[in-house]
Amino acid sequence: MGQRSSKTNPPQSPLVRGDAVKPPLKRGGLEGFVSKNGVVPVSRSVRSFKAVVIGVSTGGVAALKLLLPALPADFPVPVLIVTHITPTADDGLAVLLDTFSTIRVKEADEEELLVAGTVYLAPANYHLLVERKGCLSLSIDPPVNFARPSVDVLFESAAEVYGPELIGIILTGAGNDGSKGLLMIKERGGVTIVQDPADAEMDSMPKRALALLSPEYLVSLKELPVLLMELVAPQSGKII
Amino acid sequence: MKPSELIDLEIKLLMEGVFQVYGYDFRDYAEASLRRRLRQWLSGSGFETLSLAQSQLLRDPALFNNLLRGITVNVSEMFRDPAFFKALREQVVPYLKTYPFVKIWHAGCASGEEAYSMAILLQEEGLKGRFRIYATDIDGEVIRKAQEGIYPLQELQRFTRNYQLAGGSCSFSDYYTARYDRAILSPALRDNLVFATHNLAVDADFGEMNLILCRNVMIYFNPVLKNRVLGLFHNSLAPGGFLCLGSKESLEHRQIATLYDEIQPRTQIYRKKYGTA
Repeated sequence: MGQRSSKTNPPQSPLVRGDAVKPPLKRGGLEGFVSKNGVVPVSRSVRSFKAVVIGVSTGGVAALKLLLPALPADFPVPVLIVTHITPTADDGLAVLLDTFSTIRVKEADEEELLVAGTVYLAPANYHLLVERKGCLSLSIDPPVNFARPSVDVLFESAAEVYGPELIGIILTGAGNDGSKGLLMIKERGGVTIVQDPADAEMDSMPKRALALLSPEYLVSLKELPVLLMELVAPQSGKII
Repeated sequence: MKPSELIDLEIKLLMEGVFQVYGYDFRDYAEASLRRRLRQWLSGSGFETLSLAQSQLLRDPALFNNLLRGITVNVSEMFRDPAFFKALREQVVPYLKTYPFVKIWHAGCASGEEAYSMAILLQEEGLKGRFRIYATDIDGEVIRKAQEGIYPLQELQRFTRNYQLAGGSCSFSDYYTARYDRAILSPALRDNLVFATHNLAVDADFGEMNLILCRNVMIYFNPVLKNRVLGLFHNSLAPGGFLCLGSKESLEHRQIATLYDEIQPRTQIYRKKYGTA
């Protein structure tokens, strides 16, 4: 198993949600990690990333409508998202988010080769997985955590493929889907990010994740785009 | 070697052994789902690694059957993707009605939910007694389950909703009897159904069909096996016959794509052109 972080569990944030001018959030064992240009060290190692995976449930549409338009069209890695949607939904959400965003947003197709600057949403009623050769696959295996698509299924398959070159994010949502997957991402050396429960429309998914692991970053939705841009900025040899 | 690469190697070795000993060929299955299913099987098996399990798996058919269930079991529901069944009813059935007798192959029928859905649909469209559905699956155990046509009662609510969304013209409760926590589908539905085992990875084609239904099965296969299976279907399909795939499956980029027309964009219902052998 991968080495566990020696960081302590994040303190419960005392912040109330919905406050536009709130002070910087407390981060899990990383108080004050945000410098002027965004990010301070997670570990003293050179990092590069191949993909970002995001799990979100209740409150997800609003969250993604904030997050995705803040990402540039040339975002240097693919972004894969599982959001819990009704089994009979079509690709309407992807189409909607695409019209709001400069980055390309689409529903994931099977065998689709992952490309940078694209956001892939898991289709309704299918699990989304990553294959080792960098393409997507789908399955109709039974629901996991009562969910299909399930965040855990995506996260675990992505962790297998990308190991430390993966960023995993848990956003607002009810239930506990994604926490096991996020733990696996961490164990394989990937970077983990959790939305501050106080900032989340539904806090149980972030809280369940925090109960299982201490993520490198605990952020508000507003801070997330800047953090992501810093993490994936294509400066080779960057020490973060 | 990284732990994840080691697991991939163990899977490869085991699948080679399984093929040589039992004839089941999983070597061309898509890796991510197979890996997930094997990991899941392993965690409940008592073995620490696949390598440790392999010795016994290759010697003990009962244990292998247990593994087989773990890596092939597919779940479905009646009228899964109601929009598909609606398209089938409205755009394909009118053609089928012109035939004196309609032969249908439902490949990868799992526990039979969609095969029964098809039987209900054709019956409602007035084809009663004029069709036969050959429903096949790799796993003999699920075929036995499919033959019984018994499903958990709690599923029936969803089935009923799907049925209505799919344009069902009767009362869905006419098709089953509820008892305790289960629902038994009307035995009369089985009159036109033939269940059999068939392995898409190794077995041959299947007679001249007017329609082939294979939904969300090939998503578990790699491109090599997908092309093999599509070849099998092509050889089994009469000219003008219909090939119905899952809502996220497509003939695009496949070798046989030029031999088919999609009856309407995004239905994933394809019609074999005439004169394509």
